Amino acid sequence: MSFNQVRKVVGSYVFVAPAFLLFVTFSLYPFLKVFQLSVTNWDGISSSMQYIGLENFKDLWLDNPVFWASMKNAFTVTFLALTAQNFLALFLALLCDRDIRGGNVYRVIFYLPPVLSGIVVGLIWNWIYDGNYGLLNHFLRFIGLGDLARAWLSDAKTALIGVSVIHMWKGFGWGFVILLAGLQSIPRELYEAARVDGANTWVMFKNVTVPLMIPVFILVSILTILGTMQIFDIIISTTGGGPGYHTEVPITRIVSTMIGSSKFGYACAMGVTFGLILLAISMVQIRVSKMMRQV
Amino acid sequence: MSRMTSTHVVAEASRAEVNYDLVKKRAVSFFVHLFLILVSLSCLFPLWWAFASSLKTQQTVFTDLSFFPKDPQWSNYYYAWAKADFSRYFFNSLLYTAVVVVGVVLIASMAAYAFSRLKFWGKNVMFLVLISTMMIPIPGSFIALYVLLNKLHLVDTRLGYILPQINGGLALGIFLLKTFFDDLPKEIEDSAAIDGCGRFRTYWHIALPLARPAIAVLAIFNILAVWNEYLLAMLVLSSKDLMPLQRGLMVFQGAHITQYPLLMAGIVITVLPVLAVYLLLQKHIIKGITAGAVKG
Repeated sequence: MSFNQVRKVVGSYVFVAPAFLLFVTFSLYPFLKVFQLSVTNWDGISSSMQYIGLENFKDLWLDNPVFWASMKNAFTVTFLALTAQNFLALFLALLCDRDIRGGNVYRVIFYLPPVLSGIVVGLIWNWIYDGNYGLLNHFLRFIGLGDLARAWLSDAKTALIGVSVIHMWKGFGWGFVILLAGLQSIPRELYEAARVDGANTWVMFKNVTVPLMIPVFILVSILTILGTMQIFDIIISTTGGGPGYHTEVPITRIVSTMIGSSKFGYACAMGVTFGLILLAISMVQIRVSKMMRQV
Repeated sequence: MSRMTSTHVVAEASRAEVNYDLVKKRAVSFFVHLFLILVSLSCLFPLWWAFASSLKTQQTVFTDLSFFPKDPQWSNYYYAWAKADFSRYFFNSLLYTAVVVVGVVLIASMAAYAFSRLKFWGKNVMFLVLISTMMIPIPGSFIALYVLLNKLHLVDTRLGYILPQINGGLALGIFLLKTFFDDLPKEIEDSAAIDGCGRFRTYWHIALPLARPAIAVLAIFNILAVWNEYLLAMLVLSSKDLMPLQRGLMVFQGAHITQYPLLMAGIVITVLPVLAVYLLLQKHIIKGITAGAVKG
């Protein structure tokens, strides 16, 4: 090879080298390291660690009710986000899909909560839910339902619903924007043709809108599930997992196992388990979506 | 009535029908807007409430429920900014956001350009591996990331907070910009090459300026992501001097749990830049999310 050719080949790698170096150091290495640490009893500080096989996994899967309770909590929030939040988003998107005055203004406003941080949103809602001075209690007393007033986020009965509402408030605008874009990509002629055939609004929704929107529905639900299962900022800025373990979620468990109890190996086993569960969920969703597309 | 001719009656009847349709349409539209406005208010209200509360005093904040405080305490902002460290957090956030965004744009665009235009061994495998981080969720890899930063003595340093976030923005950035470069006609670059322009100069002077729209989308997403980041800041940064706003808010709340007006002032300081970026660039943001979503 001539000097020029060598220079050219080396030059190409120079373009990708920074990206690749960062990726190997900060993505690939931690990814592999998590698996390695998950079979040790490392405490995060001492220079020695012992290989203990699947001990961590055995304890986690068979003997850690708090972790599975946190998983159940995340599933509860996810279920609410999938249903209530996404139906609201779809309903709003359908309303705005008609050529309505001020449609863009609504869109800008609905997407406002999603651009705020979970910390900011949590801290503001903390105060809305507050037992002594909270707006929600003031409002309930004002409309004569003062009996219902309580410290919403420190009451075991309402804490999880409370954080779910915050999460849905922050998230519905995101679903709305994607669903609206999906609706607007449906060619108008299809609706006109259906109308000529005498279809009413409901029939058009069922036979035109829904079939064409299925890929968008699936995308929105996959992203809703992955995003909601990994909820953290809103929890840490409101309940911190309490009262008791009533609003613990997998990420808060992993963080407190790691920082709180210095059980790095065990925390990695939690991360691997949680990652596998998320992977399984997305695989099922993709499989279902392929089946639906064939129908 | 009896004197009305038949044509009159028909005309009257059809006008009534028209009016009925119009009334129905107006009524539907009224309720649609009513509903949309109620939802909009629910989005705006908590923010306004935080702002209004930031202008009340420690004594009045729990009793004064007005939306427009009569005697606005602008001095709360002075205290939050100067005495409660929010100015420090603010400039840290600004620094982190600027460095990460510039880093992501430069590194991702270089890699994307190579993946789109240059030929080299292992190109496709490298591309797939880099993009895969976008698809595979690895919750818990932050544990190992922390371990790594510890080994590299990057815990509680600015660099330790910046580098992982640049890496975090690469997958989306490379994907977005490669797609953009692929759609770009090659002729201009080819003629530049014939004129003796080297590959790096072609990338820097020709491809990069042309990619401005895609870079804008990428930059906005990273601005929002870095400004709003919390988990990594919590793990990596423990000195107040290095903390960004989100971390600062949590520290302030932990130390002064009842100082609501100052906390709310801190929140407003945190939100204002996001709000400004969002309102100025909302068209790009919405285009960005929807393009990715509907195409993908």
